[in-house]
Amino acid sequence: MSMGKPLPHDAAPLHVTGQARYIDDIPTPRGSLHLAFGLSTVAHGDITAMDLSAVRAAEGVVAVIADLDPMPDCSPSVHDEPLLAVGRVHYVGQPLFIVVATSHLAARKAARLGKIEYAELPAILTVDEAMAANTRFEQGPVIWQKGEFNDAPHYVEGQMEVGGQEHFYLEGQVALALPQEGGDMVVHSSTQHPTEIQHKVAHALHVPMNAVRVEVRRMGGGFGGKESQGNALAIACAIAARLTGKPCKMRYDRDDDMMITGKRHDLRIEYRAGFDDDGRITGVEFRHLFRCGWSQDLSLPVADRAMLHADNAYFLPAVRIESHRLRTNTQSATAYRGFGGPQGVIGIERVIDHIAHTLGMDPLEVRRVNFYRAMGHAPNPAPQHPVATTPELTSQAAEGVPHTAPKPDPGTAQTTPYHMPVEDFIGHELCAELTRTSDYRARRKAIAEWNAGSPILKRGIALTPVKFGISFTLTWLNQAGALVHVYQDGSVHLNHGGTEMGQGLFQKVAQVAAGVFGIDTSAVKITATDTGKVPNTSATAASSGSDLNGMAVKAACETLRDRISDHFGGATFANGRVRTADADMSFAEAAARAYQARVSLSATGYYATPKITWDRLRGQGRPFFYFAYGAAVTEVVIDTLTGENRILRTDILHDTGSSLNPALDIGQIEGGYVQGAGWLTTEELVWDDKGRLRTHAPSTYKIPACSDRPRDFRVALWERPNPENSIGRSKAVGEPPFMLGISAFMAISDAIASCGARYPALDAPATPERILKALGHV
Amino acid sequence: MQIAFHLNGTPVRLDAPPTRTLLDWLREDRGLCGTKEGCNEGDCGACTVMVTDEGGARALNACILFLPQLDGKSVRTVEGISSPEGALHPVQEAMIAHHGSQCGFCTPGFVVSMAVGHACGRTDHDDVLAGNLCRCTGYAPIIRAAEAAEAAPVPAWMQDTVPERTADPFRPSSVAELARVYAAHPDATLVAGATDVGLWVTKELRSIRPIFLNGLRDMQQIEMGETIRIGAGVTISALRDAMRDVHPSFAELLRRYASVQIRNAATIGGNIANGSPIGDGPPALIALGAALHLRRGDAVRQIPLEDFFLEYRRQDRLAGEFVEAVTIPAAAPTLRCYKISKRFDQDISAACGCFNLTIEGSIITDARIAFGGMAGIPKRATAVETALIGQPWSLATVTSALPAFATDYQPMTDMRASAEYRLEAARNLLVRYFHDLSGEPVSVLEVAP
Repeated sequence: MSMGKPLPHDAAPLHVTGQARYIDDIPTPRGSLHLAFGLSTVAHGDITAMDLSAVRAAEGVVAVIADLDPMPDCSPSVHDEPLLAVGRVHYVGQPLFIVVATSHLAARKAARLGKIEYAELPAILTVDEAMAANTRFEQGPVIWQKGEFNDAPHYVEGQMEVGGQEHFYLEGQVALALPQEGGDMVVHSSTQHPTEIQHKVAHALHVPMNAVRVEVRRMGGGFGGKESQGNALAIACAIAARLTGKPCKMRYDRDDDMMITGKRHDLRIEYRAGFDDDGRITGVEFRHLFRCGWSQDLSLPVADRAMLHADNAYFLPAVRIESHRLRTNTQSATAYRGFGGPQGVIGIERVIDHIAHTLGMDPLEVRRVNFYRAMGHAPNPAPQHPVATTPELTSQAAEGVPHTAPKPDPGTAQTTPYHMPVEDFIGHELCAELTRTSDYRARRKAIAEWNAGSPILKRGIALTPVKFGISFTLTWLNQAGALVHVYQDGSVHLNHGGTEMGQGLFQKVAQVAAGVFGIDTSAVKITATDTGKVPNTSATAASSGSDLNGMAVKAACETLRDRISDHFGGATFANGRVRTADADMSFAEAAARAYQARVSLSATGYYATPKITWDRLRGQGRPFFYFAYGAAVTEVVIDTLTGENRILRTDILHDTGSSLNPALDIGQIEGGYVQGAGWLTTEELVWDDKGRLRTHAPSTYKIPACSDRPRDFRVALWERPNPENSIGRSKAVGEPPFMLGISAFMAISDAIASCGARYPALDAPATPERILKALGHV
Repeated sequence: MQIAFHLNGTPVRLDAPPTRTLLDWLREDRGLCGTKEGCNEGDCGACTVMVTDEGGARALNACILFLPQLDGKSVRTVEGISSPEGALHPVQEAMIAHHGSQCGFCTPGFVVSMAVGHACGRTDHDDVLAGNLCRCTGYAPIIRAAEAAEAAPVPAWMQDTVPERTADPFRPSSVAELARVYAAHPDATLVAGATDVGLWVTKELRSIRPIFLNGLRDMQQIEMGETIRIGAGVTISALRDAMRDVHPSFAELLRRYASVQIRNAATIGGNIANGSPIGDGPPALIALGAALHLRRGDAVRQIPLEDFFLEYRRQDRLAGEFVEAVTIPAAAPTLRCYKISKRFDQDISAACGCFNLTIEGSIITDARIAFGGMAGIPKRATAVETALIGQPWSLATVTSALPAFATDYQPMTDMRASAEYRLEAARNLLVRYFHDLSGEPVSVLEVAP
C-alpha cells in the first residue's frame, strides 16, 4: 500500500539537479517573441495623451499593442479588469500597453519609453478614505448575526491593523503562447487554474474553449497568487501570438510582478466582546474593513471566508460580523493561502488575548473555556510522527488504523456563526496533548521568572489553535476529474485537474493510484495538468487538491482495476502482482492480457464533494465538508530597546487525518507556519501617499530568511482518521498550518505585555518599529 | 570583451558584451536553465553559482555578475554539481532524503550554496544559506539536509582549475594600470563586485562603460599592524575574516552585511565610494577613525573617511579619482556596531549605529559615534559625542546625552522605518551600548531557546 508512505516529492531528483522544467525553461522555437507591459505611474487619473513612438522605435521592438476593441477582460469574477487601462488608470502599476520584442530585455527597455499624460484624480488609498468616500464592492457591508446579546460582566474593545502579504512565489508570473493551425492556441501558464486561463484566452481570442489548450507541469510556488493573477500574461501572449503568428512569452521582472499583481488583503479589525469572570465569551462583534484594491477579483469570497473563520475554534453564543469590502486605488488584493481565513482567525485570537489580559489569566485558559464543545468520543491515542530531530520518517500512517470514525451525536453539537454544527471538534484533546509535549505551563512560569531578571530582553509564549473549514465556499467548485491510462506494458499514465505548485499533490495522487493497482509509485507516470485531458477543472486552491483529485483518480483507477479484475473473473492487486483464482501474474502481464482481450484500459474518474450546502447571502448552511485542526506553541524573545525579536522555539501538533504522505504534510506544516509567522513579523508592505508600493522587491520586502525559522522546531502529526469519508481518511493540509503562525504574533504580544500594565494592542506585522511603539503604551 | 573561463569543467572563450549577465548568458545562450532568475537583483539566491579562482570556491549571484568578471575563473552551475555521469552530490542526495524541495524553484540555488559550503567545510548553515530565499519549506528540512551532508567527502568532480587571464585595458591588473585607464576615461564606471552597479543594469536598464576591478591583486590586500590597511578591492567576506579577532563587533556587523553571495562579490571600496547613506561599512569605519586613501593618476591624498561624504550621493571625489584603500587602527576594544533592520539577515539597515568611546578611569575622554540611515550620508553624532566627552561613564550621562541625537540627526521616513522610530532606536542604541559594555545581555540573537 503506497498511501501513507513518507515518499519524497516526485520531482525532487529533478529539483536538485536543475532539470525540473518551469515555463521559462521550455525551449522555444526560433523567432519567439517576448512581451512586457508599460505601466501606469499614477494611482488614479484619466489618460489624456499616450505617445508610444519611442517605444515603437526602440531596438528589437516588433509590435506595440495599446488599443484593443473590445478590450479583453482578465477578471476571475465580474469582468471589471480590462487587460489594458481604457481611458482611466486605477492604480500605480496598472498595465497600459504591451511591447512585443525580440528579447525579454528589449521588451523591458522599450516598455519604459512610453510618454503618458494624465489628468490626475483623487486617489482612494486607505480604508478610512474608502469608508469616507463609500467606495466599495457590493451595495454595503455584509452582516451576519446570530444569537442574543445580553449584558456581560466585562467588556473589551479595540481594533487592530493587519497588514497584507506579497506571495513572493520564487518563480514569477509567466506564460507562453504557441499559435497553432486554424487559429488554435496552446498556452503554457504558471497557473493554479488552467481552466480559467483557457476560458479567458478563448474569450479574448473570440474562439470556443476547445480551440485553446492550457498546460502546466509545475509552478515555482503559487500560494494563491497564481489563481487569477496569471490571466493577464496568458491573454497578452495569446493576443500577441495571434497578431504576429509567433510564439510569445511574457514573464514579469520581480519588481513588475510586485507592482502589478495583487496580494493578501490587508484590513482593520474592530471588535467588542462581552465575557464572564472565567473569560467565557457571551457575545462578540467584529467589523472587518478590507482594502480590496481597484477591482473585485476574488475579494468577496476572501472576505466571506474571513467571516467564516471569525470564530476560529471558539463557540460564540452571540456574534455579529460586519464586513466591508472597500475599493481602493491599489493593486487588486487576491487569493493568498488561507483566503481570508487567517484574517478572520487573528481577530478572535486577538479578542481572546485581550480578554485574558483584562482578567489576568493565562490566555490558554481563556481559549480552553471558549472551545467548541467536545463531542464526547474518547480521545484516540493517535500515532504521531515526531520529526524535529529524527532524519527518517517512520510510516505508520493509514496502516493499522481502522477507518471507522467515532459517531458524533448531532444533538449536542454547538453551531458556528453560520449555523453549521461543529461535530468533529478535537481542539480539547489536541491542545491538551500539545500543552503536555511542549511543556507549556512550566515554560510559561520559567519565562516569567526569566523576565523578572532581564530588564532589556523579554520572552513571551503563546499557544494558538486553528480550526479551518475545508471546501470551496462556491459549492460547485467542489468537483474534480481524472484521466488514467494503463498501457499494455503495465505502465500507468496519470492525469487529473489539480496543479503542482510544490505541495506534493502529484506525488500524493500517484500514491493513491499506485495503491489501487497495488503497484509501485515508480510505475505511475505523473503528467502535466492539461485542459485537453481533463476539462472544466477547479483551481487548485482552498487546500482541496488532494481531497478532490485524489478521489477522482481513485475512481478512475478503480474503474480500470475492476475491468481487469472482471476479465479474470475476479482478482486481487498487491505488490505489483495480480492474483486470480488460478494464476499469479505481474501487473504488466495482466494489463497485456486484458488489452489482448479487448478490455478498455483508459478511464476517467470524477468526484463531487458530498454533504455541502451554502447560502452565501444569508450566511447559513454547511459550507465545509469537515474541519482541519491544529495548534502551535511559540516562544519568542524581544529587545525592549529596539523592538528586535526572534522566534526561539515552536511546537506544533497538527491534524492531518490519516496522512496520505506524512513527509509532505510535515513540509506543508513547517512551511505554512514560517510563512504565517512572516506575514505577522518581517513582511511589511508599504505604500506612499501617492499610492506607490515602496516595497516591490526582496531588497525592501522581507520574507523570512533561513535564520528566521524557529531554531528549535518540533512538528508532530495528529493522525486520527478523518470522520468524513475523504481520500484515505486524510485531511487537507495546504492552508490550515499557515494560521499557526499567529502563535508567534501572540507570543510577541505576551512579551510586550510583561513590560507594563496596559494591553499591548499590537498591530501586524510586528516589525521592530511596531513592537517598540506597543512597548511605549503598555 | 575577450574572456576565457571554465564552465562546469569545460573551457569557454567568447567575446562578451561587457554588461551581459552570466545568468542571461547561461539561460539564453547556453540553454543551461537550471540556474533560475528569482529577483534579478541579488536578493533571492535562485541564480547562485559556484565561482572558483586562486582564492578558492565561493558562491555568487549570477543575475548581477557580468561575464567579463569571470575571466580567468571557473564556474560551476547546478548542472555541474552532479557528476558528468549523473551521480548526485551529497547535498543533492540529502535534499531529496530530507524533503528539502517543494516547488523546487529556489532549489538549484540552495544546492549550489550548500555545495560550496560543503566544499569549504562550513557548518554555519544559517549564514551560508542566508542569501537563498525559500517560500515553501520554512527552511527546516534544508538545514537538516545540510547537516546530514556535512560528513560526506567532497566529490572529485568538484575540483576546478582556472584558465589564464585575458588581457584587456578595461580589466586592469594593477592599481597603476587602473590609475592610467581611469584618468583617460573618467566617465567610465568602476565595477568591483557589481552588487550595486549590477542593479543599474538589470533594474534601471542603464548603459554603462565598465572598468572591471576584480583583477587588481594589489588592491585586494589587507596589511595588518598597529594600523590596518585595507585595499579597496577587499571583499566584505575577506574583511570579515580579517576583523574577527581585532574588531569582533565589526566582524559581526559584517556577518549581517547582505548575504554570503553579496559579501563574496562586494568590496569595501565599493561600499565607500558608492556613497550610500545606508551602507554598513562606513559607520563602523568612521567610528574607528578610518582614513580614506584616494588616488587620481599618480596623485594620492588621504582624508578622514567622514569628510568624504558631502551630501546625499555626493562625495569628495574628483573625476578620474578612485578609492585605493582605507586605514583603521588595530585597537578599539570598546567598538560596538549595531544594525537595526526588519530582518536580521540579508537586509538593509533602517539604522546602523557604531560606538567607540575612550574611557579613562571612569571619564569619557574621546568619543566617535557614527550612524548610517539617519541622514543623507553616513554621519558622526558630534553633538552626542560632545555631550559625552568629559563626563563620567554612567547611565545618567547616557540619559543626559540622549536629547543631542535630535541635534545630530533629522532622519527620514521611508519603507524601512519612520523618522520617529529611527531617532528613538538611535537613542536606545546608546543605552544598549552602556549595558553592553557593562557585560549585560543586549542581543536577542544571543538568547538560546
